[in-house]
Amino acid sequence: MIFIEDKQMVIPGDVLADKEYQSGRGTFKEDDKICSSLVGLVAIRDKKISVIPLQSKYIPKRGDVVIGEITDIRFSMWNLNINSPYSGILPASDVFGKEKRDLNKAFNVGDVLFLRVVDVDEVKKVKLGLKGRGLGKFRDGILIYITPTKVPRLIGKKGSMINMIKDETKCEVVVGQNGVVWVKGDPSMERVAEKVINMIEEQAHTSGLTDRVRNMLFELLGKEIPEKEEKPEETQEATDEEEENGEDLIQ
Amino acid sequence: MITIITNKILGKDSTSSKRADGRASDELRPFKIEAGVLERADGSAYLELGGNKVMVAVYGPRELHIRRLMQPDRAVLRCRYNMAPFSVDDRKRPGPDRRSVEISKITSEALMPAVFLEKFPRSTIDVFIEVLEAEGGTRCAGITAASVALADAGVPMRDLVVACAAGKSEGEVVLDLSEAEDKDGEADVPVAIMPRTGEVTLLQSDGNLTPEEFEKTLNLAIEGCMKLSEAQKEAIIKRYGD
Repeated sequence: MIFIEDKQMVIPGDVLADKEYQSGRGTFKEDDKICSSLVGLVAIRDKKISVIPLQSKYIPKRGDVVIGEITDIRFSMWNLNINSPYSGILPASDVFGKEKRDLNKAFNVGDVLFLRVVDVDEVKKVKLGLKGRGLGKFRDGILIYITPTKVPRLIGKKGSMINMIKDETKCEVVVGQNGVVWVKGDPSMERVAEKVINMIEEQAHTSGLTDRVRNMLFELLGKEIPEKEEKPEETQEATDEEEENGEDLIQ
Repeated sequence: MITIITNKILGKDSTSSKRADGRASDELRPFKIEAGVLERADGSAYLELGGNKVMVAVYGPRELHIRRLMQPDRAVLRCRYNMAPFSVDDRKRPGPDRRSVEISKITSEALMPAVFLEKFPRSTIDVFIEVLEAEGGTRCAGITAASVALADAGVPMRDLVVACAAGKSEGEVVLDLSEAEDKDGEADVPVAIMPRTGEVTLLQSDGNLTPEEFEKTLNLAIEGCMKLSEAQKEAIIKRYGD
């Protein structure tokens, strides 16, 4: 028995289905019933039911690429705010290798870095690293914070959404899986990108978003809105199986 | 001319109610719940219940810096119930007092069974309940609004906790006591439940009731909770349109 439809909005405590289905993310099992634990949209894949939350906090996971801001310098590591209930640490050895140097000279408090989550242990100590293509410090630009679960929506299918923003605003845009977006370009263009990204966050749970984003971009840039294309590309939720790849997003 | 308000004028069945505001014994005061009212909080809710106006802000799960409070296997749920100085007729001295410390504690204990705290070890979820106007039953209003705010913040929960009081006033068992009924009445029983399973997460009883009356009061309070629960759900769905 199933009590809900795909993409229906549910709230905590709603009964979704009974035991013939599997309980996925955002759900829990109780007395052979599968219930939602979040405010979100239902996603049914085969026999697995999950709820994609409309609002969430970033929980660090090994292998994620994130954007963090340095909050403290300690004896042999930096502390970073990664927009999560858990702060991250970047060991000095990761930056300098064996050699001992002054940490202040490399990064200072307030610097924004693009990092990879190297390890998360059982007490949620988050180890970060800078090894990898495109990882490092950002200079200038602005930061925009969105809900981490809406990151796939912002990127779109194979990066369609994010590439459109990049092309139209001529900005560099980097998205961290922790919901932090870094935008650098002409200051007025940064503002446009910020507005568009905030709009995507607000309307992430609606369909036909790509078209509306395109229209909004053109409107903000004062361009003519081109004739409507034949097929409305990607009217459905892109939240589905969007595996975003951090490295692809670096210019 | 002084009009004496009778149940006939209010269009109510005159036999059903002796209450000052003309409500039936199992009738709630008019209420309204709204979610997502604060810009900078992770989650928020605003609730009106009769003359009560309550605003709740939720922050978190977020980093907990106070090490002695930290739990290695779960999050801590911290609640602060606060009454604004202008919330009552005589100005209330600002700051926590014995009553608000108690309500903060029972609120957090009423909400805790519903929240999946074990998903966020070593962190904290902070709930701030501000009573802007008080007219009896603010602890229940606070709990009801707090669980809407928690859901709005995206905190995983087993169910939306909902609270409502019932009691005995002028010899009759009544639902949702107003301030006057609470002060002059014989008993006040605030109850919080998780409506899906019916688990009781808060049960207090102030005053004198016979066992039969208590049972009747408890059932009446649960009935009231169920009505409020519907409004909670609507408020969350309305927050995201359609």
